[in-house]
Amino acid sequence: MKLTPEVVRHVAELARLELSEAEIHRYTEQLSAILDYAARIQAVDTSQVPPTPYVLSRVNVLRDDASEPSLPVDEALANAPDREDGFFRVPAIFEE
Amino acid sequence: MDPRPLHQWTVHQLLEGLGQGAFSAQELAQHLLERIQAVDPQLHAYLRVEPERVLAQARQADRRRRSGDRSPLLGIPLAVKDVLVTRGVETTAGSRILQGFVPPYTATAVARLEAAGAILLGKTNTDEFAMGSSTENSAYGPTRNPWNLDRVPGGSSGGSAAAVAARLAPAALGTDTGGSVRQPAALCGVVGLKPSYGRVSRHGLIAYGSSLDQVGPIAQDVADAALLLQIMAGPDPRDSTSLDTSVPDYRAVLGRTIQGLRIGLPQEYFTGGIQPEVDRAVRAAVAQLEDLGATVVPIRLRTLEMALPVYYLVATAEASANLARYDGIRYGRRTPAATVMDTYRRTRGQGFGAEVKRRIMLGTYALSAGYYDAYYLKAQQVRTLIRQDFEAAFQQVDVIASPTSPTTAFRLGERTEDPLQMYLADIFTVSVNLTGMCAISVPCGFDEAGLPIGLQLMGPHLGEERILQVAYAYQQVTEWHRRCPPSASPEQEQAARTRDSRP
Repeated sequence: MKLTPEVVRHVAELARLELSEAEIHRYTEQLSAILDYAARIQAVDTSQVPPTPYVLSRVNVLRDDASEPSLPVDEALANAPDREDGFFRVPAIFEE
Repeated sequence: MDPRPLHQWTVHQLLEGLGQGAFSAQELAQHLLERIQAVDPQLHAYLRVEPERVLAQARQADRRRRSGDRSPLLGIPLAVKDVLVTRGVETTAGSRILQGFVPPYTATAVARLEAAGAILLGKTNTDEFAMGSSTENSAYGPTRNPWNLDRVPGGSSGGSAAAVAARLAPAALGTDTGGSVRQPAALCGVVGLKPSYGRVSRHGLIAYGSSLDQVGPIAQDVADAALLLQIMAGPDPRDSTSLDTSVPDYRAVLGRTIQGLRIGLPQEYFTGGIQPEVDRAVRAAVAQLEDLGATVVPIRLRTLEMALPVYYLVATAEASANLARYDGIRYGRRTPAATVMDTYRRTRGQGFGAEVKRRIMLGTYALSAGYYDAYYLKAQQVRTLIRQDFEAAFQQVDVIASPTSPTTAFRLGERTEDPLQMYLADIFTVSVNLTGMCAISVPCGFDEAGLPIGLQLMGPHLGEERILQVAYAYQQVTEWHRRCPPSASPEQEQAARTRDSRP
């Protein structure tokens, strides 16, 4: 599978990664090689095979809907790069 | 009393010594801290050691013991891989994006060991977000293999494996998503155990591949690995994938005969790029198990060649979703920009290293519109075939034996330019994660360059007792696990001391 730099740019956009031109070209080459290697699974007949996203059979693990002590606001915000009045501070999301 | 210096004692030996009052927890901690200070500058196994905190906890352990406390790990210092969060102690996952992150809580696996009396000795180096097989992907510089400083310790739990091998910690925690406990254990000549999926809580383990990740012990011998697993295992209300199946007494199987146990030898694991000395050592180990009364059964595991591609599609897809949280908003580093979108892009572009970005890209691609069926879904279907392959094998045998890694430790820099070559280091270990099984790596010899070789024993899901039983029996008749690298042996110590005391 030969990727193009355009596809790699698109994927970087989806992944919210700012990449340099040099990185785009390096990843185009390296990801193509990895996908070539991964192509060996394409030949396997899986038409009758269900997927395994998860190896345990447990589903819907439930607990009582009871409230428990949670992190104090100060501790929850202690690692924030920017905060104000008990909130995370971020650049404006909506334009004026 | 045992004349060896304290750093050469195993956890169970140290517990005995502490219990008899042969030495105090403070003396033990002081001794290990001095060793770390003397030896770790050459290895870089640790990212963080806080001596004051360690000594304060050791003194507290001594007080508790004097007042009659008999907690099972009271006063034992343990090293912890830096992808497990520790309250009040910086945790970076080997990444620049988490530099300065001080977690407000402690991972359940670590908290249970601490509740049993263990002391957090330090946080160990890791490939960034546990993505790598050599510890060279750490943003804070690589760890070196104590057996040969030009070689990698394996990865991603390379810091923990090197720390135990160099006797800079009696035991340590690692995490294993595709072999990250077992492969470095093999390359450093120590014991590494990957528990079954669901056996140990993942709460507080910084997520890489959520359907694959497990916390596991790295130790000098099988008895210590069983002891740590015993304390960590069991359900946790904070991890809904932790199983409520009762935890057996793992130490009860140690010493039990392996007479009549069937050991599968999969032909596919002994072909291709395997180093001849590894092949020989693993076959010799299996022959020794046969001498102990086990029956060796040749088996086939035809899905081996599918395991690595499936793993790298599944793990990276899960990683691309898990690492979306590092956006520079709530924690970690932020690279400011005018818009929130550019803040995300720039923070992530600059905060993540090359391998992490490569895996996020691969995973995002495999999950993206138009490619999902061909890659992600296909990989999940082939994963089913791999499971079925192993389920069929475990109808015939109790345990499967193989090399842990196809080669011994490679040179620093040897594989960094070729991601595929690096991924091949995991070829024998990833199937265990894809299927949820358990496996242990134990030292089984050395190559001609004096580098350790690991024997992998795989068991079915929740088959920890069987692999521990076999691994323990093997260590009763072998000495490989008692060997330690030059920097950890008394003779070398003596030489170093003489050198240091020279005017």
